[in-house]
Amino acid sequence: MLERIYRAQKVMDDACKRLGRQINIMEVCGTHTVSIFRTGIRSTLHDNLKLLSGPGCPVCVTDQSYIDIVLQLAERRDVLIATYGDMVRVPGKTGSLETKQPHSNVKVVLSSEDALQLAKDNRGKTVVFVAIGFETTAPSTAVVVKQAAAEGVDNFCILSGHKLVVPAMRALVSEKNHNIDAFLCPGHVSVIIGYRAFAEIAERFDRPCVVAGFEPMQIIEGLGEICRQLAAGEAEIKSVYTAVVTEQGNPTAQKIINECFEPVDGYWRGLGKIQESTLRLRDKYGRFDALKRFEITEAPAEDSTGCRCGEVLCGLIEPPECALFEKSCTPQSPVGPCMVSSEGTCAAWFKYGRTRNTKQ
Amino acid sequence: MCLAIPARIVELKGDKAVVDAMGNRWRARTTLLPEAKLGDLVLIHAGFAISLVDEQEAKKTWDLLREIDDFEETQDKVSG
Repeated sequence: MLERIYRAQKVMDDACKRLGRQINIMEVCGTHTVSIFRTGIRSTLHDNLKLLSGPGCPVCVTDQSYIDIVLQLAERRDVLIATYGDMVRVPGKTGSLETKQPHSNVKVVLSSEDALQLAKDNRGKTVVFVAIGFETTAPSTAVVVKQAAAEGVDNFCILSGHKLVVPAMRALVSEKNHNIDAFLCPGHVSVIIGYRAFAEIAERFDRPCVVAGFEPMQIIEGLGEICRQLAAGEAEIKSVYTAVVTEQGNPTAQKIINECFEPVDGYWRGLGKIQESTLRLRDKYGRFDALKRFEITEAPAEDSTGCRCGEVLCGLIEPPECALFEKSCTPQSPVGPCMVSSEGTCAAWFKYGRTRNTKQ
Repeated sequence: MCLAIPARIVELKGDKAVVDAMGNRWRARTTLLPEAKLGDLVLIHAGFAISLVDEQEAKKTWDLLREIDDFEETQDKVSG
């Protein structure tokens, strides 16, 4: 194993010397972010090799306007909110589900199926499932929407915050941050979409896209492959996570996403409106769309807290450059979503950054 | 949040399964992986199997999860 690490590190060092400039590689997966920080990989890299943590945590990229809608719905006596635990502490304009609402109508669920069951058990209320997550999570929401339709569970609906990874990567390299040289692509999102999904980013924008798993060896080999490509002037799609990621992905999951959802323009925290980046239920399932059921119009939120999560998500600044970091914004009392989620970049910096992230 | 956990299917009726990982058992669905069979190792995400996985890969992930658990415990102790 050591030999494989040395080999990958040599490729990385050679690429840095050959290019003679800073190389910026962005990971777009919260689990990669945590693994990179936890293992201290950054501190072993060449000075010119910089890792940026991009919009890879679903909680972090959720726009404040979405949280505000959840909070608004939670005020209704005829509604039960079913949410993954990650979302409970994310602040909206006027607080979070944890601080603001009576806890009795907010239920934490572990799966979309639990949310549907909640609706079956509480026929007198409307259950709104706070459906966030990338392509890994979207099919599980689609399954229960289809099930609710088939079984006539009409007091169930979803507030879709499901997001697509590739449109965000496209927005980053085409306008938000031109300095990104390559992407370390998410492992379990790719289980669903297949590594061919990144072809556009590699071919049209000339950025290497390499899928890796989460153990340190995988990440190092993924970075090694990226550096090999950069040094050779190539930009290809590749997976070093061959144990579970295929070129085509999971066709059943892709089919059910397409059957239930269509991509529409959507708001991302810090990245603004991105074309065809958010999944909305198709008209066929429109009655399960919380926005339609409660006649809510989405509008971008204006953030007045001074939180710079948006710039962090684009890889433009590192968390310590935000004036709130470690002062008014900590994991115990988070201002922005990147500090709330354990997979958020700010939370990772807070926990590991000071001792394990930089060369001392 | 997009992390999927390897687990073995120990019961299966239609698309409703019970899975086991490191001795923990919970309910999951195989709707997204119709080819999954009793005894298979699969990746579970948010209550759904999304992919088959081999023994070696599953073991690597379980080891990593154990390590993170241990590390988190150590960190908690250090921080108070």
